[in-house]
Amino acid sequence: MDASIRLRVDGQWRTLDVDTRTTLLDALRERLGVTSPKKGCDHGQCGSCTVLLDGRRAVTCLALAVAHDGAEIVTAEGLADGEDLHPVQRAFLEQDGLQCGYCTPGQVCSAVGMLEEVKAGWPSQVTEDLAGPPELDDEEIRERMSGNLCRCGAYPNIVAAIRQGAR
Amino acid sequence: MEFLRPLSWEEALALRAGRPDAVPIQGGTDVMVEINFEVRRPGALLDLNPVRELAEWEMAEGRLRIGAGLPYTRLIEEVGDRVPGLAQAARTVGSPQIRNRGTVGGNLGAASPAGDCHPPLLAAGAQVEVESAAGGVRMIPAEEFYLGVKRTALRDDELIRAVWLRPAEGPQHFSKVGTRNAMVIAVCSFAIALHPAERRVGTGIGSAAPTPLRAAEAEEFLAGELAGEPAWGRSLPDGLAERFGELVGRAAAPIDDVRGTAAYRRHALAVMARRTLTWAWQDRLAGTGRS
Repeated sequence: MDASIRLRVDGQWRTLDVDTRTTLLDALRERLGVTSPKKGCDHGQCGSCTVLLDGRRAVTCLALAVAHDGAEIVTAEGLADGEDLHPVQRAFLEQDGLQCGYCTPGQVCSAVGMLEEVKAGWPSQVTEDLAGPPELDDEEIRERMSGNLCRCGAYPNIVAAIRQGAR
Repeated sequence: MEFLRPLSWEEALALRAGRPDAVPIQGGTDVMVEINFEVRRPGALLDLNPVRELAEWEMAEGRLRIGAGLPYTRLIEEVGDRVPGLAQAARTVGSPQIRNRGTVGGNLGAASPAGDCHPPLLAAGAQVEVESAAGGVRMIPAEEFYLGVKRTALRDDELIRAVWLRPAEGPQHFSKVGTRNAMVIAVCSFAIALHPAERRVGTGIGSAAPTPLRAAEAEEFLAGELAGEPAWGRSLPDGLAERFGELVGRAAAPIDDVRGTAAYRRHALAVMARRTLTWAWQDRLAGTGRS
């Protein structure tokens, strides 16, 4: 069964017909040619398909395309303003926050979403003082980025990049 | 696969009545895993996202009514101070991305014995509000909601509307054991809630029996040992937390599986029960207890 939906992807409205079983990830990659969200595990464990979905980070493999008619999606590609990279993207380059790069678009989107969550004062599992604004030390970064795996193990530089991107 | 998209709660209930085979979906973080791996091929999905009121919460009759579609991150942020046990558990669900989408309603509907929300709901004495077009509203106490592995008291034509909890009257804690913090299914988990006004302690055990369950004998033991006003203002008597832990371990009916052995689960539960009681009691004596 097909359904017609509209998605705003990286600032552009796109209209497409999707089978109702299509995930948002497959719709982006296979139907719209937006390949920066990557398919790693296809069940929400690895985080490589993370995008900003209506402003919040979410994994697109666990979202049905048809359920997100009208949604605003920002991928890692859409974070940059042309050649002008987002500060988090620049930080990943400067800190060598990657090796093979497969998880990087998901890491970058997740980090950008995470920094917004911190700004909004959301506590994490490791936040000691729930009353004050969370302080983004390395332990906080690691906990808050725990939904993104890097099989190359570039974690120390990913943490460094996010530390830089947060400034 | 048919995709049903009700725009109101009434429409959702009507669609539900006509399609008992439809699987309700909200955040999708559980249902989609089964669909992607073809563990499940439902004839229809009932998308509850457009039903806006499901993602809201309110205070009613002195209790908190948390809509079944409220994502964990909003639950933590907006009502976490009033339901600290549930908020602690919510902060350990999946990963941040999952918590932005996943909901208490989904946790209840899936009814995995390992679901993180179940122990704090049991410990706090929560009620599950369910509704059908024909039968109207039913309020089901959490402890009567779980019937078996992934089986609940929900009837074929019913949907979960909300959970009801009294704002915490005393300290609450949640603890779980897993191989890492994020993205693991709990090996076992435990929640405690002090109810000082009633001079009793509520408990909830997760992932250590076919259903989440209360440790009834352990609760009765504490209520007996801590009877009377003075006991609630003093330090815990020596050995009490240890004995409580043993009883909690005994209340479980765990199995050996890939995540852990039954013996390990009993032991871990005893340790978590002893620790969480000790923390909660320290909170109480310090007059904090809302962490």
